[in-house]
Amino acid sequence: MNAALALLARDVKLAWREGGAVGVALGFYLVVIVITPLGLGPDLNLLGRIAPGILWVGLLLAGLLSAGRIFDNDYEDGTLDVLAAGPLPLSVVAGVKCLAHWLATGIPLVLIAPLLALLLNLPMGSVPSLMLAMLAGTPAVSFLAGIGASLTLGLRRSGLLLALLVVPLYVPVLIFGVSAVTPYVTGPNSLWPPFLILCALSLASMVLAPLASAAAIRNALR
Amino acid sequence: MQTPFKLSLSAQDIACERGGRTLFRNLDFAVEPGQALLVSGPNGAGKTSLLRQLAGLLPLAGGRLVTDGADADTPIAELSHYVGHLNAAKTAFTVRENLAFWADFLAEGQGDPADHLAGALAAFGLGELGRLPAGLLSAGQKRKLALSRLFAAPRPLWLLDEPSVSLDVASVKKLDGAMRDHLKAGGIAVVSTHVPLETKFTHTLDLGLERAA
Repeated sequence: MNAALALLARDVKLAWREGGAVGVALGFYLVVIVITPLGLGPDLNLLGRIAPGILWVGLLLAGLLSAGRIFDNDYEDGTLDVLAAGPLPLSVVAGVKCLAHWLATGIPLVLIAPLLALLLNLPMGSVPSLMLAMLAGTPAVSFLAGIGASLTLGLRRSGLLLALLVVPLYVPVLIFGVSAVTPYVTGPNSLWPPFLILCALSLASMVLAPLASAAAIRNALR
Repeated sequence: MQTPFKLSLSAQDIACERGGRTLFRNLDFAVEPGQALLVSGPNGAGKTSLLRQLAGLLPLAGGRLVTDGADADTPIAELSHYVGHLNAAKTAFTVRENLAFWADFLAEGQGDPADHLAGALAAFGLGELGRLPAGLLSAGQKRKLALSRLFAAPRPLWLLDEPSVSLDVASVKKLDGAMRDHLKAGGIAVVSTHVPLETKFTHTLDLGLERAA
């Protein structure tokens, strides 16, 4: 348990200390959301209607941008060799590192989402459900990104390949994430069914993704 | 200083394949507590591969590794310290933070991590550099940081791949001293090196000869 906590604390600290990781993800999210209204024009009704989709797509892309760091740095400086020889099974190491990515990147992204929602004229009443849905869905974003990050270990400029591998896995998260928010804008309110499905997606990926990541890491360490 | 170890390690008929090429096969050796094995051979003979196999990072292409004297459920990886070519140092962390993490992570359930940290900082005299970011260290100092990890947790099997690269004469002496103490405590060391060390190796394994045979 101590070993897992030590690893979690180290990864969160590194993500903040090394700059780049968290700052770039937040900055990217901000830029994507800011340029969207510029491209679409000043139709406030249109913006409000598509805001949930834009906010989710921006969040997924910003999360992907920093996903390569989950394992890459540790692979390149030999840290993964030592982590693999530690007291924790490799799948737990992978899971803890994805959890650290969620804490260090996922949560800050969720926290600035309401601010960005203002720029897209999302009705204020739907902000709580947006945040709730994002909090429930972002663990899946981090853990699924972990699969892509571990599969592309050791490849140069793996960012795009990582996106190709992982974006299809994000489709359910995107669909249910958006459908938890849009009813507030367009029609009858139904937060709970999509919210519960998001929770299920996150829980399933928290259990299954580390196993896949561990297998991919083991292969990369050979 | 350390609890006595009583691990012995033997390799039976092990083989190694890299990219479809057989590096070595039918390799046998047995190392008892307090003994050291020197792995030698020309570049590409499989020294690093053998050490990575012992560390559990690379699968065996044949044969088996047997440990005696340890809990049967504990994989060899958890009994060993592997110090390879890469230093596993985080440049954004200070020297102290680097070693503190390894003490917390590797020495779970093996006494107070603070004691291990103090020992690790003292081992190669990195104590006074403790607050310096590891990114500012010289190559030799980074190497010492990697070797200090050996003291961050007590483990019986040391797997050292070219440990003396970029070390100065005084530090090589410290490394020799550390290995002597480790062997005296009943530990095992498997070392690949091109630089002669003072440590008395009880066994040598020449992978170049193995391959020619």
